Amino acid sequence: MRVSVITFPGSNCDRDTQEAFAYYGHNCRLIWHKDSDLQDPDLVVLPGGFSYGDYLRCGALARFSPIVEEVKTFAKKGGLILGICNGFQILTECGLLPGTLLRNIGLDFICQHQHICVENSTTPFTYQIPKGTTLDIPIAHKEGNYFCSDEILTELKDNNQIVFRYCDDKGNITAQANPNGSLDNIAGICDKSRRILGMMPHPERAATPYVNSNDGGLIFAALESYFKLC
Amino acid sequence: MEPEITKELIASHGILDSEYQYILDILKRPPTYLELGIFSVMWSEHASYKNSINLIKTLPREGKYLLAKAGEENAGVVDIGDGLAICFKIESHNHPSALEPYHGAATGVGGILRDIFTMGARPVAVLDSLRFGSLENPRVQHLLKEVVHGISDYGNCFGVPTVGGEIFFDNVYEGNPLVNVMAVGVAKHEHLAKSSARGIGNLVVYVGAKTGRDGIHGATFASVELSDQSATQRTAVQVGDPFYEKLLLEATLEVIQAGLVVAIQDMGAAGLTCSSSEMAGKGGVGIELDLEKVPVREIGMTPYEIMLSESQERMLMIVEPKNLEEVQKVFQKWDLDAVVVGKVTDDKILRVKLNDNILAEIPAEYLVLGGKAPVYTRETSKPDYIEEKKNFDINALSEPENYTSVLHRLLSEPSIASKKSIFSQYDYMVQIATKVEPGSDAAVIAIKGTDKAIALSTDCNARFCYLDPYEGAKAAVVESALNVACSGAKPIAITNCLNFGNPYKPDIYWTFAESIRGMRDACNILETPVTGGNVSFYNENPDSAVYPTPVIGMLGLLENYRKATTQWFKNSGDLIALLGNPGNELGASQYLKTIFGLVAGKVPSLHLEYTKRLIELILALIDESIISSAHNVSEGGLLVCLAESCFTPKRLMGAELNFPLTYSKSAEYFSESLERIVISFNENSLSYVQTLAQKYDIPLKMLGTVSDKPMFQVNQDIKVPTEALHKAYLTGIKIN
Repeated sequence: MRVSVITFPGSNCDRDTQEAFAYYGHNCRLIWHKDSDLQDPDLVVLPGGFSYGDYLRCGALARFSPIVEEVKTFAKKGGLILGICNGFQILTECGLLPGTLLRNIGLDFICQHQHICVENSTTPFTYQIPKGTTLDIPIAHKEGNYFCSDEILTELKDNNQIVFRYCDDKGNITAQANPNGSLDNIAGICDKSRRILGMMPHPERAATPYVNSNDGGLIFAALESYFKLC
Repeated sequence: MEPEITKELIASHGILDSEYQYILDILKRPPTYLELGIFSVMWSEHASYKNSINLIKTLPREGKYLLAKAGEENAGVVDIGDGLAICFKIESHNHPSALEPYHGAATGVGGILRDIFTMGARPVAVLDSLRFGSLENPRVQHLLKEVVHGISDYGNCFGVPTVGGEIFFDNVYEGNPLVNVMAVGVAKHEHLAKSSARGIGNLVVYVGAKTGRDGIHGATFASVELSDQSATQRTAVQVGDPFYEKLLLEATLEVIQAGLVVAIQDMGAAGLTCSSSEMAGKGGVGIELDLEKVPVREIGMTPYEIMLSESQERMLMIVEPKNLEEVQKVFQKWDLDAVVVGKVTDDKILRVKLNDNILAEIPAEYLVLGGKAPVYTRETSKPDYIEEKKNFDINALSEPENYTSVLHRLLSEPSIASKKSIFSQYDYMVQIATKVEPGSDAAVIAIKGTDKAIALSTDCNARFCYLDPYEGAKAAVVESALNVACSGAKPIAITNCLNFGNPYKPDIYWTFAESIRGMRDACNILETPVTGGNVSFYNENPDSAVYPTPVIGMLGLLENYRKATTQWFKNSGDLIALLGNPGNELGASQYLKTIFGLVAGKVPSLHLEYTKRLIELILALIDESIISSAHNVSEGGLLVCLAESCFTPKRLMGAELNFPLTYSKSAEYFSESLERIVISFNENSLSYVQTLAQKYDIPLKMLGTVSDKPMFQVNQDIKVPTEALHKAYLTGIKIN
């Protein structure tokens, strides 16, 4: 699979993401935000980090980067897009995904191992991962508290767009297992076409040999099987 | 209008009469206002080490792993094989953090990160060694919260994992907290950058953020005691921008790796003044600066302000004229300034000009450490309290009635309790190489592209150092070495951050000299040379000096990251054993402080050759994959160590401990005698463990077994659910 990871000024998980994709054997390049060529990818990734320092609302400035127009065009053509953490925030800022990410309910940055539950196995990112599977995938954010209007939430549910929800180690989706106050424990959503996914947890932090969880590897493997199928 | 050089002005610059006379001798004329400012910051304690360097030089500074001698470059450089080097250093940001805890701590992180990437190394880890007053004080709560936010916001945005450190609370730090930050980076040998200017006619290029009025006289401010007046000096504290620093990192590494840079130094303390004079002084050349070319943040800045500003996220580089365009192209890509502000000259003079008017001309060697800047040997005098406290009769104290309650109280002591609520605010997983996460004895970071890993720990038991600075400093080195060894890493080098009071007070200076002596002895025997560091004097508040606090940052090396070991028990049924002698010394312990309110007694003595054998033994056990866990005994003593081993990140384990006692229960349970390690291993390995322990001549004492039933039982004295202990441990630090 050809993967293009966008580097915004302030992105700091771009290399990690590249390393994880490379570990799974993919051809993965970093694309500078001022460029206007996505280099014909099968998948575009908006990585984690602090684009433009996130001094304004997270992702609010990144959406004006030249490359984002290309990403939108790629989306219109039905391209696969994955936004992780800051990338998820940017996807909501540029209208590719509904809702927004508010400051964590506890106000502090949270970095920890986090269990999430797979709610939808029909996306390319969760292909063949059984619904209800519990994954240990770390989170690291200050603004990860997903919020949207009641109408949008109903729509997300009706269309089965909620892909991941925060849960405890046994898969129970409880208020206690919700680290940041997200509406309905939402950890990741996709668009109606299922081809654009935004998630706060970092799958690239749970996919390579040096780290302590490998559950993120399931997402990389899912993308691979889906891509082989196409 | 320039102020006239008066006695008052000289004094307000912190320059002594004898030093002013020296300036007159050097210049053979009175200094200009700008020159006075330059001498003031360069001869400040912070930049010149004038009261410490003579003693610092007695520390071992050479070893087979070292690629640069201490003080030669911005940070220590250690060879780890495979053509890779580790750059690491620890620095203090104590005074700024006392006044502006958020920005003080944030720029402490920013400053030390620049020291690392200015050498061509990509930062891979940060550790923070923090000391505060009592948490019951609302002001301390505020300081802790804001220091943590400052570290968190800066490190997280920059994208470096904050993986370790320590937090200690004691009244002596009230009003003068210690914020020491250690940063560690990795570079290929061929990409290591130098800081000494070379090549007459080469260009002096200013890169990074614009110069503002923040942090003027920060170095001088750091070189006096804090007082009631200090709050008015808030402008001496810098303001950081981690986003800018991240851009500066990428651009700097890009030009260094492309071979476009002759020399580079970050603008930290004393800003443009320090970077230009040090680069010139080290290179034996001159530097001429044209101030009208320096990018400034606001109009009307005077030359004095421009030269002394400590605005953050700036670097000074020496570039060959033919490479200038390439360098500028890289910085443009990252939307950063890269401006020629001067040139390298052959006259060994730091010359500062504004529109062709010469404002300062000082021979650079007189400004720099290792050159002809003033150096003093200070008077020492052993404080009276030392003998008195040492002779305190601990045997006269009664044994506790309830050991469970003592253990509870120790585990909930903020200095011992879990730091999870703080560490979860730091991104400790970015860069996907954190093999051992915060909470175990040392953090372990894998080295990309290799099987190797480094283990990192910062340590100092300041109570030990207060009661006996010689033994205390030895203990700090030993504890940090044991911490990395328990992770499976061979201790190879240290960096140090020496936090003390006013060096002009002989009893303070005695503690400094004794600490250096202890550190020297320990580093010599353990073969962990000092690669560099930082001295922070004048850590006093209106009431008293802080405890002598020589913080050690230890670097350890693992050949195989897969063998990294943690302190946590793994398997039910594993045997638990103690490597080392039973505890017999309660002096200086947290037990005495918590239960009796005493800071007294003889500091447990160390036998360095024995420590060395213990380290070799634990490394052999880990290397042969014999043991499941290793945790060295430190603050709180043996039972705290055993309880912590039960608090694994995934679940709570139990321990059934039944062992004979040689000494009093309180001594066996709570002594902080350091040279001891609790290990657990499969019973089938027992005879092998015994053989190895015998080979290294280290006593092995069986303590009990690990259980998956979460109950913590010690002889007939304690039987309590692990969960109850864990709750005390987790809730010890209460931040409102």
